[in-house]
Amino acid sequence: MSTMLRINRDKCGYCGTCVAVCPEDALELIDAYLSLERECIACGICARACPLGALEVVHEE
Amino acid sequence: MKSNYDMLVIGGGPAGALAAKTAAEAGNSVCIIEKRPAIGTPVRCAEGVGKELLKQFIKPDPRWISAEIERARLIAPNGTTVSLEQDRAGNEVGYVLDRKIFDRELVWQAAEAGADVIVKTRATAPIMENGAVRGAKVLSVGTPAEIRADVVLAADGTEAQFARWAGLDTTVPLREMMSCAQYLLTDIDIDAGSTDFYLGNDIAPEGYLWVFPKGERTANVGIGISGRKSRDGARAKDYLDRFVAKNFPNGKTIEAIAGGVPVCRPLPCTVADGLMVIGDAARVVDPLTGGGIGNAMFTGRLAARVASGCISAGNCSKKALMPYDTEWRASRMGAFLERNYKVKEYFITLDDAKLNTLADSIANISLKEFSVSALIRELIKRNPKMLFELKALKDALA
Repeated sequence: MSTMLRINRDKCGYCGTCVAVCPEDALELIDAYLSLERECIACGICARACPLGALEVVHEE
Repeated sequence: MKSNYDMLVIGGGPAGALAAKTAAEAGNSVCIIEKRPAIGTPVRCAEGVGKELLKQFIKPDPRWISAEIERARLIAPNGTTVSLEQDRAGNEVGYVLDRKIFDRELVWQAAEAGADVIVKTRATAPIMENGAVRGAKVLSVGTPAEIRADVVLAADGTEAQFARWAGLDTTVPLREMMSCAQYLLTDIDIDAGSTDFYLGNDIAPEGYLWVFPKGERTANVGIGISGRKSRDGARAKDYLDRFVAKNFPNGKTIEAIAGGVPVCRPLPCTVADGLMVIGDAARVVDPLTGGGIGNAMFTGRLAARVASGCISAGNCSKKALMPYDTEWRASRMGAFLERNYKVKEYFITLDDAKLNTLADSIANISLKEFSVSALIRELIKRNPKMLFELKALKDALA
Protein backbone atom coordinates (compact mmCIF):
# COMPACT_ATOMS: atom_id res chain seq x y z
CA MET A 1 0.00 0.00 0.00
CA SER A 2 1.26 3.48 -0.78
CA THR A 3 0.13 6.90 0.29
CA MET A 4 0.09 9.98 -1.86
CA LEU A 5 -1.19 13.52 -1.94
CA ARG A 6 -4.15 14.27 -4.15
CA ILE A 7 -4.75 17.87 -5.25
CA ASN A 8 -8.32 18.75 -6.17
CA ARG A 9 -7.69 21.52 -8.69
CA ASP A 10 -11.38 22.46 -8.80
CA LYS A 11 -11.40 23.19 -5.08
CA CYS A 12 -7.91 24.71 -4.84
CA GLY A 13 -7.80 28.48 -4.38
CA TYR A 14 -4.13 28.78 -5.45
CA CYS A 15 -3.30 30.59 -2.20
CA GLY A 16 -0.03 28.90 -1.20
CA THR A 17 -0.93 28.23 2.44
CA CYS A 18 0.11 24.59 1.94
CA VAL A 19 3.47 25.62 0.46
CA ALA A 20 4.48 27.49 3.61
CA VAL A 21 3.69 24.63 6.00
CA CYS A 22 5.18 21.80 3.94
CA PRO A 23 8.16 20.40 5.90
CA GLU A 24 9.68 18.90 2.74
CA ASP A 25 9.33 21.91 0.41
CA ALA A 26 7.53 19.53 -1.93
CA LEU A 27 4.71 21.81 -3.04
CA GLU A 28 4.94 24.78 -5.31
CA LEU A 29 2.36 27.32 -6.43
CA ILE A 30 3.13 27.97 -10.07
CA ASP A 31 1.22 31.01 -11.32
CA ALA A 32 -2.33 29.69 -11.04
CA TYR A 33 -1.90 26.03 -10.21
CA LEU A 34 -0.48 23.99 -7.38
CA SER A 35 2.14 21.43 -8.24
CA LEU A 36 3.89 18.63 -6.40
CA GLU A 37 7.44 19.41 -7.50
CA ARG A 38 9.54 17.37 -5.14
CA GLU A 39 9.16 14.22 -3.08
CA CYS A 40 6.12 14.19 -0.79
CA ILE A 41 6.17 12.19 2.46
CA ALA A 42 2.34 12.21 2.70
CA CYS A 43 2.47 13.75 6.21
CA GLY A 44 -0.86 15.51 5.65
CA ILE A 45 0.15 18.85 7.22
CA CYS A 46 -0.78 20.72 4.03
CA ALA A 47 -4.17 19.00 3.93
CA ARG A 48 -4.84 20.21 7.47
CA ALA A 49 -3.86 23.80 6.72
CA CYS A 50 -5.80 24.13 3.45
CA PRO A 51 -8.65 26.65 3.96
CA LEU A 52 -10.74 25.01 1.23
CA GLY A 53 -10.19 21.25 1.63
CA ALA A 54 -8.48 20.85 -1.71
CA LEU A 55 -5.77 18.47 -0.50
CA GLU A 56 -6.14 14.89 0.61
CA VAL A 57 -3.71 12.15 1.54
CA VAL A 58 -5.03 9.02 -0.14
CA HIS A 59 -4.05 5.40 0.45
CA GLU A 60 -3.77 3.15 -2.54
CA GLU A 61 -3.51 -0.63 -2.63
CA MET B 1 15.78 40.75 -20.48
CA LYS B 2 18.92 42.15 -18.88
CA SER B 3 20.97 39.52 -17.11
CA ASN B 4 22.73 41.66 -14.53
CA TYR B 5 21.47 44.11 -11.92
CA ASP B 6 22.62 45.67 -8.68
CA MET B 7 19.48 44.32 -7.01
CA LEU B 8 16.98 41.61 -7.91
CA VAL B 9 13.63 41.60 -6.09
CA ILE B 10 11.60 38.39 -6.04
CA GLY B 11 7.92 39.34 -5.81
CA GLY B 12 5.92 42.43 -6.73
CA GLY B 13 3.88 43.01 -3.54
CA PRO B 14 4.23 45.99 -1.18
CA ALA B 15 7.56 44.79 0.29
CA GLY B 16 9.18 44.22 -3.09
CA ALA B 17 7.79 47.42 -4.59
CA LEU B 18 9.01 49.65 -1.74
CA ALA B 19 12.42 47.98 -1.83
CA ALA B 20 12.72 48.43 -5.60
CA LYS B 21 11.59 52.05 -5.49
CA THR B 22 13.98 52.91 -2.66
CA ALA B 23 16.95 51.20 -4.31
CA ALA B 24 16.21 52.69 -7.74
CA GLU B 25 15.94 56.17 -6.26
CA ALA B 26 19.36 55.65 -4.70
CA GLY B 27 20.74 55.10 -8.21
CA ASN B 28 20.90 51.31 -8.32
CA SER B 29 19.84 49.15 -11.25
CA VAL B 30 16.91 47.11 -9.98
CA CYS B 31 14.65 44.40 -11.34
CA ILE B 32 11.40 43.10 -9.85
CA ILE B 33 10.21 39.70 -11.03
CA GLU B 34 6.61 38.65 -10.36
CA LYS B 35 5.46 35.11 -11.06
CA ARG B 36 1.87 36.14 -11.66
CA PRO B 37 0.84 37.61 -14.99
CA ALA B 38 -0.43 40.77 -13.27
CA ILE B 39 0.63 42.92 -10.32
CA GLY B 40 -2.02 43.12 -7.60
CA THR B 41 -4.05 40.03 -8.43
CA PRO B 42 -5.24 37.74 -7.10
CA VAL B 43 -5.68 39.59 -3.79
CA ARG B 44 -4.66 37.62 -0.69
CA CYS B 45 -5.65 40.14 1.92
CA ALA B 46 -8.40 41.64 4.10
CA GLU B 47 -7.00 45.02 2.97
CA GLY B 48 -7.06 46.85 6.29
CA VAL B 49 -4.18 49.18 7.19
CA GLY B 50 -3.54 51.83 9.85
CA LYS B 51 -3.59 55.40 8.59
CA GLU B 52 -0.48 56.61 10.35
CA LEU B 53 1.49 53.57 9.29
CA LEU B 54 0.47 53.90 5.66
CA LYS B 55 1.30 57.61 5.52
CA GLN B 56 4.92 56.85 6.33
CA PHE B 57 5.23 55.33 2.88
CA ILE B 58 2.72 56.87 0.52
CA LYS B 59 0.27 59.76 0.31
CA PRO B 60 -3.28 58.40 0.65
CA ASP B 61 -5.13 58.51 -2.65
CA PRO B 62 -8.87 57.90 -3.16
CA ARG B 63 -8.05 55.82 -6.24
CA TRP B 64 -6.95 52.92 -4.03
CA ILE B 65 -8.87 53.56 -0.82
CA SER B 66 -12.14 51.64 -0.66
CA ALA B 67 -13.25 52.88 2.75
CA GLU B 68 -12.18 55.16 5.55
CA ILE B 69 -12.57 53.60 8.97
CA GLU B 70 -13.71 55.53 12.05
CA ARG B 71 -14.06 52.74 14.58
CA ALA B 72 -13.19 49.17 15.33
CA ARG B 73 -15.63 46.87 17.11
CA LEU B 74 -14.72 43.69 18.94
CA ILE B 75 -17.66 41.31 19.23
CA ALA B 76 -17.40 38.70 22.00
CA PRO B 77 -18.97 35.22 21.73
CA ASN B 78 -22.00 36.39 23.78
CA GLY B 79 -22.51 39.37 21.46
CA THR B 80 -21.01 41.98 23.79
CA THR B 81 -19.56 44.69 21.59
CA VAL B 82 -16.53 46.75 22.53
CA SER B 83 -16.43 49.81 20.32
CA LEU B 84 -13.19 51.73 19.86
CA GLU B 85 -14.06 55.09 18.33
CA GLN B 86 -11.78 57.38 16.39
CA ASP B 87 -13.25 60.60 17.81
CA ARG B 88 -12.91 59.38 21.38
CA ALA B 89 -9.45 58.04 20.74
CA GLY B 90 -8.35 61.29 19.18
CA ASN B 91 -6.16 59.60 16.63
CA GLU B 92 -6.96 58.09 13.27
CA VAL B 93 -7.96 54.50 12.73
CA GLY B 94 -7.44 53.18 9.25
CA TYR B 95 -8.33 52.47 5.67
CA VAL B 96 -9.58 49.49 3.78
CA LEU B 97 -7.57 49.47 0.59
CA ASP B 98 -8.22 48.27 -2.91
CA ARG B 99 -5.10 46.13 -3.16
CA LYS B 100 -5.45 45.54 -6.89
CA ILE B 101 -4.95 49.27 -7.50
CA PHE B 102 -2.71 49.91 -4.50
CA ASP B 103 -0.13 47.27 -5.43
CA ARG B 104 -0.04 48.56 -9.00
CA GLU B 105 0.53 52.10 -7.77
CA LEU B 106 3.48 50.96 -5.64
CA VAL B 107 5.05 49.03 -8.50
CA TRP B 108 4.33 51.93 -10.85
CA GLN B 109 6.26 54.19 -8.48
CA ALA B 110 9.16 51.72 -8.47
CA ALA B 111 9.10 51.64 -12.28
CA GLU B 112 9.00 55.44 -12.44
CA ALA B 113 12.06 55.51 -10.19
CA GLY B 114 13.81 53.37 -12.79
CA ALA B 115 13.23 49.75 -11.75
CA ASP B 116 12.56 47.09 -14.38
CA VAL B 117 9.42 45.00 -13.83
CA ILE B 118 8.98 41.57 -15.39
CA VAL B 119 5.74 39.63 -14.89
CA LYS B 120 4.92 35.96 -15.43
CA THR B 121 8.49 35.21 -14.42
CA ARG B 122 9.27 32.99 -11.46
CA ALA B 123 12.45 32.14 -9.65
CA THR B 124 13.21 28.43 -9.79
CA ALA B 125 16.45 28.45 -7.79
CA PRO B 126 19.01 30.83 -6.36
CA ILE B 127 22.33 31.13 -8.19
CA MET B 128 24.76 30.09 -5.45
CA GLU B 129 28.51 30.67 -5.49
CA ASN B 130 30.71 29.79 -2.51
CA GLY B 131 27.61 29.71 -0.33
CA ALA B 132 26.47 33.16 -1.39
CA VAL B 133 23.38 34.14 -3.39
CA ARG B 134 24.43 35.74 -6.67
CA GLY B 135 21.09 35.99 -8.44
CA ALA B 136 18.28 33.70 -9.50
CA LYS B 137 17.53 31.11 -12.12
CA VAL B 138 14.17 32.07 -13.52
CA LEU B 139 11.52 30.80 -15.88
CA SER B 140 10.17 33.76 -17.83
CA VAL B 141 6.98 32.93 -19.73
CA GLY B 142 8.36 29.41 -20.01
CA THR B 143 11.87 30.36 -21.08
CA PRO B 144 14.75 29.63 -18.68
CA ALA B 145 17.12 32.50 -17.94
CA GLU B 146 19.57 33.67 -15.30
CA ILE B 147 19.46 37.05 -13.62
CA ARG B 148 22.55 37.90 -11.64
CA ALA B 149 22.63 40.58 -8.95
CA ASP B 150 24.86 41.87 -6.16
CA VAL B 151 21.99 41.30 -3.76
CA VAL B 152 18.66 39.47 -4.00
CA LEU B 153 15.65 40.53 -1.94
CA ALA B 154 13.21 37.70 -1.24
CA ALA B 155 9.76 39.31 -1.15
CA ASP B 156 7.82 36.21 -2.14
CA GLY B 157 5.20 36.41 0.58
CA THR B 158 3.67 33.64 2.66
CA GLU B 159 5.12 30.88 0.47
CA ALA B 160 8.66 32.22 1.04
CA GLN B 161 10.40 29.60 -1.04
CA PHE B 162 13.36 31.60 -2.32
CA ALA B 163 14.96 32.10 1.09
CA ARG B 164 14.27 28.46 1.85
CA TRP B 165 16.12 27.34 -1.25
CA ALA B 166 19.02 29.55 -0.17
CA GLY B 167 19.22 27.74 3.17
CA LEU B 168 16.97 29.73 5.57
CA ASP B 169 14.15 27.73 7.12
CA THR B 170 10.93 29.63 6.40
CA THR B 171 8.56 26.75 7.22
CA VAL B 172 5.60 27.90 9.31
CA PRO B 173 4.46 25.50 12.08
CA LEU B 174 0.88 24.34 11.42
CA ARG B 175 -0.44 25.93 14.62
CA GLU B 176 1.01 29.31 13.64
CA MET B 177 -0.37 29.35 10.14
CA MET B 178 -3.71 31.10 9.99
CA SER B 179 -5.83 29.32 7.43
CA CYS B 180 -8.01 32.02 5.86
CA ALA B 181 -10.94 32.42 3.51
CA GLN B 182 -12.72 35.58 2.44
CA TYR B 183 -15.70 36.68 0.38
CA LEU B 184 -16.18 40.11 -1.10
CA LEU B 185 -19.88 40.40 -0.32
CA THR B 186 -22.15 43.04 -1.74
CA ASP B 187 -25.73 44.15 -1.09
CA ILE B 188 -25.35 43.63 2.68
CA ASP B 189 -26.28 45.75 5.70
CA ILE B 190 -23.11 46.88 7.46
CA ASP B 191 -21.66 49.80 9.38
CA ALA B 192 -19.58 51.25 6.56
CA GLY B 193 -17.28 53.10 8.98
CA SER B 194 -16.39 50.18 11.23
CA THR B 195 -14.03 47.25 11.01
CA ASP B 196 -15.67 44.44 12.97
CA PHE B 197 -13.79 41.59 14.63
CA TYR B 198 -15.80 38.58 15.83
CA LEU B 199 -14.13 36.45 18.48
CA GLY B 200 -14.92 33.01 19.87
CA ASN B 201 -14.02 29.38 19.62
CA ASP B 202 -17.21 28.52 17.72
CA ILE B 203 -16.80 31.52 15.40
CA ALA B 204 -13.08 31.36 14.61
CA PRO B 205 -10.91 29.08 16.79
CA GLU B 206 -7.62 30.80 17.72
CA GLY B 207 -8.33 33.50 15.18
CA TYR B 208 -11.10 35.91 14.33
CA LEU B 209 -13.72 36.62 11.73
CA TRP B 210 -13.69 40.04 10.13
CA VAL B 211 -16.11 42.35 8.35
CA PHE B 212 -14.10 45.13 6.70
CA PRO B 213 -16.20 47.61 4.71
CA LYS B 214 -15.37 48.30 1.08
CA GLY B 215 -18.27 50.70 0.55
CA GLU B 216 -21.76 51.45 1.87
CA ARG B 217 -23.12 47.94 1.25
CA THR B 218 -20.01 45.95 0.40
CA ALA B 219 -17.39 44.33 2.64
CA ASN B 220 -14.55 41.86 2.86
CA VAL B 221 -16.05 39.17 5.08
CA GLY B 222 -13.35 36.73 6.00
CA ILE B 223 -11.91 34.45 8.62
CA GLY B 224 -8.63 33.11 9.88
CA ILE B 225 -8.39 30.01 12.07
CA SER B 226 -5.31 28.26 13.39
CA GLY B 227 -4.04 25.50 11.11
CA ARG B 228 -4.20 23.08 14.03
CA LYS B 229 -7.95 23.72 14.37
CA SER B 230 -8.55 23.17 10.67
CA ARG B 231 -9.98 19.83 9.53
CA ASP B 232 -12.64 18.38 7.27
CA GLY B 233 -15.96 20.06 7.99
CA ALA B 234 -14.24 22.65 10.21
CA ARG B 235 -12.10 24.56 7.75
CA ALA B 236 -11.89 28.31 7.33
CA LYS B 237 -14.39 28.09 4.48
CA ASP B 238 -16.86 26.07 6.58
CA TYR B 239 -16.81 28.58 9.46
CA LEU B 240 -17.15 31.45 7.02
CA ASP B 241 -20.06 29.86 5.15
CA ARG B 242 -21.91 29.32 8.44
CA PHE B 243 -21.38 32.94 9.49
CA VAL B 244 -22.46 34.32 6.12
CA ALA B 245 -25.56 32.08 5.96
CA LYS B 246 -26.60 33.38 9.39
CA ASN B 247 -25.64 37.05 9.12
CA PHE B 248 -25.72 37.92 5.42
CA PRO B 249 -28.05 35.34 3.85
CA ASN B 250 -28.89 37.62 0.93
CA GLY B 251 -25.37 38.87 0.27
CA LYS B 252 -23.89 38.34 -3.17
CA THR B 253 -20.36 37.00 -3.40
CA ILE B 254 -18.41 38.80 -6.10
CA GLU B 255 -15.00 37.40 -5.14
CA ALA B 256 -13.97 34.30 -3.16
CA ILE B 257 -10.36 33.98 -2.07
CA ALA B 258 -8.22 31.97 0.33
CA GLY B 259 -4.86 32.57 1.92
CA GLY B 260 -2.42 31.80 4.67
CA VAL B 261 -1.18 34.31 7.22
CA PRO B 262 1.93 33.36 9.22
CA VAL B 263 1.59 34.44 12.88
CA CYS B 264 4.83 32.89 14.09
CA ARG B 265 7.82 34.88 15.31
CA PRO B 266 9.95 36.48 12.57
CA LEU B 267 12.74 34.44 10.95
CA PRO B 268 15.68 34.10 13.38
CA CYS B 269 17.84 35.85 10.78
CA THR B 270 16.62 37.80 7.75
CA VAL B 271 19.93 38.10 5.90
CA ALA B 272 22.45 35.73 4.34
CA ASP B 273 25.36 36.26 1.96
CA GLY B 274 23.82 38.15 -0.97
CA LEU B 275 20.28 37.77 0.36
CA MET B 276 17.75 39.79 2.36
CA VAL B 277 14.26 38.62 3.30
CA ILE B 278 11.45 41.19 3.59
CA GLY B 279 7.71 41.37 4.27
CA ASP B 280 5.56 38.30 4.85
CA ALA B 281 8.44 36.08 3.66
CA ALA B 282 10.43 37.33 6.68
CA ARG B 283 7.41 36.49 8.87
CA VAL B 284 6.99 40.07 10.07
CA VAL B 285 3.18 39.96 10.00
CA ASP B 286 1.63 41.37 13.19
CA PRO B 287 0.80 38.09 14.99
CA LEU B 288 -2.17 39.64 16.82
CA THR B 289 -4.01 41.32 13.94
CA GLY B 290 -2.53 39.46 10.99
CA GLY B 291 -1.76 42.81 9.38
CA GLY B 292 1.23 42.70 7.06
CA ILE B 293 1.10 45.63 4.61
CA GLY B 294 2.78 48.28 6.73
CA ASN B 295 5.51 45.97 8.04
CA ALA B 296 6.16 44.76 4.49
CA MET B 297 6.72 48.32 3.29
CA PHE B 298 8.84 49.12 6.34
CA THR B 299 11.16 46.14 5.92
CA GLY B 300 11.28 46.62 2.13
CA ARG B 301 12.40 50.21 2.40
CA LEU B 302 14.85 49.55 5.22
CA ALA B 303 16.41 46.58 3.43
CA ALA B 304 16.89 48.64 0.26
CA ARG B 305 18.55 51.47 2.19
CA VAL B 306 21.02 49.11 3.82
CA ALA B 307 21.57 47.24 0.55
CA SER B 308 22.31 50.47 -1.33
CA GLY B 309 25.23 51.18 0.96
CA CYS B 310 26.50 47.62 0.62
CA ILE B 311 26.24 47.68 -3.18
CA SER B 312 28.22 50.94 -3.31
CA ALA B 313 30.84 49.50 -0.99
CA GLY B 314 31.04 46.33 -3.11
CA ASN B 315 30.27 44.08 -0.17
CA CYS B 316 26.91 42.29 0.15
CA SER B 317 28.05 39.63 2.62
CA LYS B 318 25.79 38.54 5.45
CA LYS B 319 27.84 40.63 7.84
CA ALA B 320 27.55 43.72 5.66
CA LEU B 321 23.77 43.27 5.26
CA MET B 322 23.23 42.54 8.96
CA PRO B 323 22.39 46.14 9.96
CA TYR B 324 19.03 45.58 8.21
CA ASP B 325 18.24 42.68 10.55
CA THR B 326 19.51 44.52 13.62
CA GLU B 327 17.66 47.74 12.80
CA TRP B 328 14.21 46.30 12.20
CA ARG B 329 14.47 44.21 15.38
CA ALA B 330 15.40 47.32 17.38
CA SER B 331 12.66 49.41 15.75
CA ARG B 332 9.17 50.16 17.04
CA MET B 333 7.92 47.51 14.60
CA GLY B 334 10.29 44.91 16.05
CA ALA B 335 9.14 45.68 19.59
CA PHE B 336 5.46 45.54 18.57
CA LEU B 337 5.96 42.19 16.86
CA GLU B 338 7.42 40.66 20.00
CA ARG B 339 4.77 42.18 22.28
CA ASN B 340 1.88 41.21 20.03
CA TYR B 341 3.23 37.69 19.68
CA LYS B 342 3.01 37.29 23.46
CA VAL B 343 -0.44 38.88 23.56
CA LYS B 344 -1.62 36.53 20.80
CA GLU B 345 -0.22 33.51 22.61
CA TYR B 346 -2.25 34.54 25.66
CA PHE B 347 -5.52 35.27 23.85
CA ILE B 348 -5.57 31.92 22.05
CA THR B 349 -5.68 30.17 25.45
CA LEU B 350 -8.98 31.84 26.41
CA ASP B 351 -12.25 29.93 26.35
CA ASP B 352 -15.47 31.71 25.39
CA ALA B 353 -16.49 32.32 29.03
CA LYS B 354 -13.28 34.23 29.71
CA LEU B 355 -13.53 36.15 26.44
CA ASN B 356 -17.05 37.21 27.48
CA THR B 357 -15.89 38.27 30.96
CA LEU B 358 -13.10 40.37 29.51
CA ALA B 359 -15.35 41.95 26.87
CA ASP B 360 -18.08 42.70 29.44
CA SER B 361 -15.53 44.42 31.68
CA ILE B 362 -14.62 46.98 29.02
CA ALA B 363 -17.90 47.15 27.08
CA ASN B 364 -18.64 50.74 28.04
CA ILE B 365 -15.21 52.26 28.30
CA SER B 366 -13.89 55.18 26.36
CA LEU B 367 -10.24 54.78 25.65
CA LYS B 368 -8.13 57.90 25.36
CA GLU B 369 -5.78 56.13 23.04
CA PHE B 370 -6.53 53.74 20.20
CA SER B 371 -3.91 51.08 20.73
CA VAL B 372 -3.29 47.51 21.80
CA SER B 373 -1.39 48.60 24.90
CA ALA B 374 -4.19 50.97 26.01
CA LEU B 375 -6.72 48.17 25.59
CA ILE B 376 -4.60 45.71 27.57
CA ARG B 377 -3.94 48.19 30.38
CA GLU B 378 -7.69 48.69 30.66
CA LEU B 379 -8.33 44.92 30.74
CA ILE B 380 -5.81 44.49 33.55
CA LYS B 381 -7.26 47.40 35.52
CA ARG B 382 -10.84 46.17 35.26
CA ASN B 383 -10.29 42.50 36.01
CA PRO B 384 -8.55 42.35 39.40
CA LYS B 385 -9.88 38.81 39.96
CA MET B 386 -8.03 37.64 36.88
CA LEU B 387 -4.78 39.25 37.94
CA PHE B 388 -2.89 35.98 37.99
CA GLU B 389 -4.26 35.00 34.59
CA LEU B 390 -3.55 38.36 33.08
CA LYS B 391 0.06 38.31 34.25
CA ALA B 392 1.11 37.05 30.82
CA LEU B 393 -0.45 40.14 29.27
CA LYS B 394 1.15 42.43 31.80
CA ASP B 395 4.52 40.87 31.12
CA ALA B 396 4.00 41.34 27.40
CA LEU B 397 3.68 45.10 27.95
CA ALA B 398 6.78 45.33 30.12
